[in-house]
Amino acid sequence: MLVGTSTSMYSLKLKSFGRIARCFSTTSSSPLRICVVGSGPAGFYTAEKLLKAHESVEVDIIDRLPTPFGLVRSGVAPDHPETKVVINQFSRVAQNERCSFFGNVSLGSSVTLLELRNMYNAVVLAYGAESDRSLGIPKEELAGIYAAREFVWWYNGHPDCRNLAPDLKSSDTAVILGQGNVALDVARILLRPIEELARTDIASHALAALEESSIRKVYLVGRRGPVQAACTAKELREILGIKDLGVYIKPADLVTTPADEIEMKNSRIRRRVHELLSKAVTPGCTPVASQRELHFVFFRKPDMFLESDDKSGHVGGIRLEKTALKDVGDDELVKQVAVGTGVYEDISCGLALKSIGYKSVAVDGLPFDTNKGIVPNDRGRVLADASHGHLQHDIGLYVCGWLKRGPTGIIGTNLHCAEETISCISEDLNRGALASASTKPGREGLRQVLDSRNTRVVPFDGWGKIDCEERRRGSLKNKPREKLATWEELLEVACR
Amino acid sequence: MDGWSERLALGRRPVGVRCRRGAALVLPLVRNLIESVVPYVSRRERYSRSLQALHYRPRDSSAARKFSSLLSNSMAHNQYLKTQSHASFCTSAAKLDSEEGDEEPQRINVTFVDKDGEEKHISVPEGFSMLEAAHDNDIDLEGACEGTMACSTCHVIVMDEDQYNKLPDPVDEELDMLDLAFGLTKTSRLGCQVIAKRELDGLRLALPSATS
Repeated sequence: MLVGTSTSMYSLKLKSFGRIARCFSTTSSSPLRICVVGSGPAGFYTAEKLLKAHESVEVDIIDRLPTPFGLVRSGVAPDHPETKVVINQFSRVAQNERCSFFGNVSLGSSVTLLELRNMYNAVVLAYGAESDRSLGIPKEELAGIYAAREFVWWYNGHPDCRNLAPDLKSSDTAVILGQGNVALDVARILLRPIEELARTDIASHALAALEESSIRKVYLVGRRGPVQAACTAKELREILGIKDLGVYIKPADLVTTPADEIEMKNSRIRRRVHELLSKAVTPGCTPVASQRELHFVFFRKPDMFLESDDKSGHVGGIRLEKTALKDVGDDELVKQVAVGTGVYEDISCGLALKSIGYKSVAVDGLPFDTNKGIVPNDRGRVLADASHGHLQHDIGLYVCGWLKRGPTGIIGTNLHCAEETISCISEDLNRGALASASTKPGREGLRQVLDSRNTRVVPFDGWGKIDCEERRRGSLKNKPREKLATWEELLEVACR
Repeated sequence: MDGWSERLALGRRPVGVRCRRGAALVLPLVRNLIESVVPYVSRRERYSRSLQALHYRPRDSSAARKFSSLLSNSMAHNQYLKTQSHASFCTSAAKLDSEEGDEEPQRINVTFVDKDGEEKHISVPEGFSMLEAAHDNDIDLEGACEGTMACSTCHVIVMDEDQYNKLPDPVDEELDMLDLAFGLTKTSRLGCQVIAKRELDGLRLALPSATS
């Protein structure tokens, strides 16, 4: 690193110290012990910014998996390796001497929230959203219907979905409900030529299943129109560019209304998505027998699933109701919702994936808003129901990431989310609301509690061993890594 | 008064600062000398090293460490350079190739303005991206995907419209990422795609505010 070519480096250093001092004026000398629950982007950005802002803070990150990085490892698609590069930055945070990673430690079973709050000055919950919104329609429990999250975990080698075993051989059609980026990801993995997938870090059990897959048609179904589709340009461009893929969109669906025009005017993303979809339609295109097909179905909402005639208890199709858009916004703000019209149509399929949104999971002792699926909070400070329905800040407890904002946004969205939460932590610290560190056992206290329960803690070095082993196995197959996809393998390698 | 306070009181800069300022003048020349002699160092490798230096290392001997790491580095291209196909990296890699044995690269003046309005003036060699320059100079610009146009965290705002117009048009991939950037403006660009060239001397870049 260049020492600096600025001619006023000395005054700049004074200014930066001043800035840090303003954040932590009276208490920067006493150590602060903070526990972050969750090691995805929210957890790591929180830890990184805490370490930068306070010279003597100690941050401990816990995660229920032996592997860190959350959705960067288990959510980002295998054919998006550049998006995973942020792992390098997070690794540097974990290797800082003031930071420790405790893998295979589960909030609730390995250690309770109350115990953490007693051992640390502050606890930041960043454990994301590991559940799913449900459609609430008949026959949703049929086999062959999965949440997109489960399918993504399956092909990304998450140990909880190792045995998902989706049936990709009984039908040539998959229906995906939802048109966001996760929906496009799963569609792309189903439609990409297998030789391209074989060079990625896709889990080997998924690659084997996809090699034998008979899925040739994928339907992406949305309740509203192309202007309201939740995907973004990069992902759309990518899927439309797949080799030998026929893309089908009804031209009538692309016609925009005045309300649509206002929505597009207000949002650059919506405009560019509509442009891409309009260009994707090839007039007079006839289906080729061997070609794979991607169908964008708009203005249809799921009414019920249909059981297969051949395979009892298994999905055989889905009934969709045609919708029309109704503007329920006021004045300038356009908000269009889908309203059923009573006209139905069926699509046969052997695989149905619901990509309608993730949902967070509540934890004992934590207030939870079941409607929004988040912990009630004010800029990251958790709000507890004090009395008579009046909410007040639960001092020392904070949230960051999807648990705070809901399950939207990209990795970078957590940067600003973490900054906001940390500014609240520093305000509380400055006014003396957080107990002084001398009364909190921190890392040592946590180790004692975990030892007393015989928890097999995986430190960051343990992830290093998993990482090495995965790369080694991957090099034998010309893949960047071959993921260890079972709890037993992960723990065995980590604890070698 | 102790020695430090006495020196400040007399209006003299403390010894440590004088040494650092001297080093600040000498070290870039030493670095350029090494880069013209040592075989080609991949841009990606240098970038990774500057990123490593950014995080939580004491600010004293970082220059010495970089000196020794430059000497010991090899010509190996890592997998990211191989796989990513973005024009800017190819352009700057070509530029770096042409630096070998040629004159020292010209430098331009760039000013970064953070969200509190504080300015930092730096000098950037031609062919470097603003993201690399920021990290080389301890400026707090994130680069989650390390310059591969897979995120929007290095979003910068070109403060002068004329300067914005001097930049080559963004490719679709950059526009896709800018769509998602926080605090997007009409003169926003990704810092990893703004490459220093003579015409951009005096460039002023603002870092977006954290909260809108």
